Amino acid sequence: MIHFSNASKRYASGQDALLNVSFKVEQGDMAFITGHSGAGKSTLLKLIALLERPSRGQVVVNGQNLARVKRRQIPYFRRDIGIIFQDHQLLFDRTVFDNVALPLVIAGHPHAEISRRVRAALDKVGLLKKEKHTPITLSGGEQQRVGIARAVVHKPPLLLADEPTGNLDPELSWDIMQIFNDFAQVGVTVLVASHDLELISRMQRRQLILKNGQLVEGNPAQ
Amino acid sequence: MKPASKQAKRKQDHKRQRQPGLLTRTGSYFVRHAQTLIYSLGQLLRAPFAMLMTAAVIGIALALPTGLHVLLKNAELLSGEIDGATQISLFLKRGASESQAQQLAARLRKMPEIGKVRFISKQDALKEFKQNAGFTEAMQALDENPLPHVIVIHPSTRHTSEQTMQKLLARLQGMLHVDVAQLDEEWIKRLYTIMDFIKRGVWILASMLALAVLLVVGNTIRLAIQNRRDEIVVIKLIGGTDAFIRRPFLYTGFWYGLFGALIAFVLITVTLFLLNEPIERLARLYHSDVLLSSLDAQSSLLLFVGGILLGLAGSWLAVGRHLRDIEPR
Repeated sequence: MIHFSNASKRYASGQDALLNVSFKVEQGDMAFITGHSGAGKSTLLKLIALLERPSRGQVVVNGQNLARVKRRQIPYFRRDIGIIFQDHQLLFDRTVFDNVALPLVIAGHPHAEISRRVRAALDKVGLLKKEKHTPITLSGGEQQRVGIARAVVHKPPLLLADEPTGNLDPELSWDIMQIFNDFAQVGVTVLVASHDLELISRMQRRQLILKNGQLVEGNPAQ
Repeated sequence: MKPASKQAKRKQDHKRQRQPGLLTRTGSYFVRHAQTLIYSLGQLLRAPFAMLMTAAVIGIALALPTGLHVLLKNAELLSGEIDGATQISLFLKRGASESQAQQLAARLRKMPEIGKVRFISKQDALKEFKQNAGFTEAMQALDENPLPHVIVIHPSTRHTSEQTMQKLLARLQGMLHVDVAQLDEEWIKRLYTIMDFIKRGVWILASMLALAVLLVVGNTIRLAIQNRRDEIVVIKLIGGTDAFIRRPFLYTGFWYGLFGALIAFVLITVTLFLLNEPIERLARLYHSDVLLSSLDAQSSLLLFVGGILLGLAGSWLAVGRHLRDIEPR
């Protein structure tokens, strides 16, 4: 599902965010990317979502060599990825329902189907009763779950999460990890960047550990 | 149904769920456009005062050239009335009596070079003068009628070349009782030149004001884009195409153009209403009843289509310039 071969990213400032990173994540796998802050976790996720392009090396996602994805095609490529952000990236001028519906609206689904699938996604994260609220009235954990519902509502085969539990207490964090676990169980590939080592060790999943932009552990280059 | 085909069907169903079919896509395409159209209107109406200010600026900018266009069209209609092309006025000598003048007119009618002859006696001329020009008091102060008899001649259409006209003029000048024979051609030429001049001026003014509308809309949309930066980033992150992001802004430009045109229409209608009385007086002076006292259908259409196109073009420019700068990081 995800295949990095010798991918490097050097920013315009001259700083090497990633250096010769190679690894593979199979479909339906769930893996954590860990490492100190600034180790390159976010950059790695950005390369997968085509928010950045590698300076060297190759990234293949879902069978697509990302070097061949043109700027115009990026939106369609991103529709096959669900992205979850630490700061949620919700739109505060519309309801929870409308936030979650956005990926379906963008893809042009008919109205009735949108309602059905948004409710299903909100049900999955336990927020069905709050569909008419605006995100600002929700707690941090609830906002994060709205973000998850939005990331999965269009059933993407790949889920990326950047510090999804960054601002949450351990219990809420655990709940959110369980939701990710459930998606992995039904065949969704899940990649989570996090520095919450205790939580990660409890999950007993594969870990890709970054240090100064290099992969130091996590069976690289299969 | 066999389990295998059932499974295949389920797979198909799954596929259909992920990717909407072409038919539903085109159907929902139009629904989405309609929704975006209404949505962008709703967004505008959330801040009605700000919207009205911008629309008013556009409206005034559109009203100016459109109003001038109406005035020009009126002037054209008037000159069309006068347009019997060339005419010659024979001012008779003060001593000529009315019967002598009538005789002269009768003689002129028989000449082949002459098409139409109109005799205006000095009494008629005085009456008309008093009625129309508001000189009543000044005229009353005079003891006797200062106006001469006048014979207005329209040459027959076959004899309007410059040469024959000059010849005819010389002949008329030499006739008995004729004081002055005046070819009333110059001033029509001059009028046309002046109108051409004004017309070109109106076009230049219209172009500059169109540019102003473009910039006003462009700037307004640019601010709208900046205000919704976060939203644009999120939509790009979850796979919104440029076209999808562009759409509400284009429709916002559409609404600005439409409201601007509407305001311009109202401004012009009110202005013409205020000018109605003098326009009618002018029309009577020129024995005409074809003057415009409101925007005609063609001009209105031009105003609205022009306004909407300018709104769309302005937002297109702004969106094209600024959407690319906003990329998720």
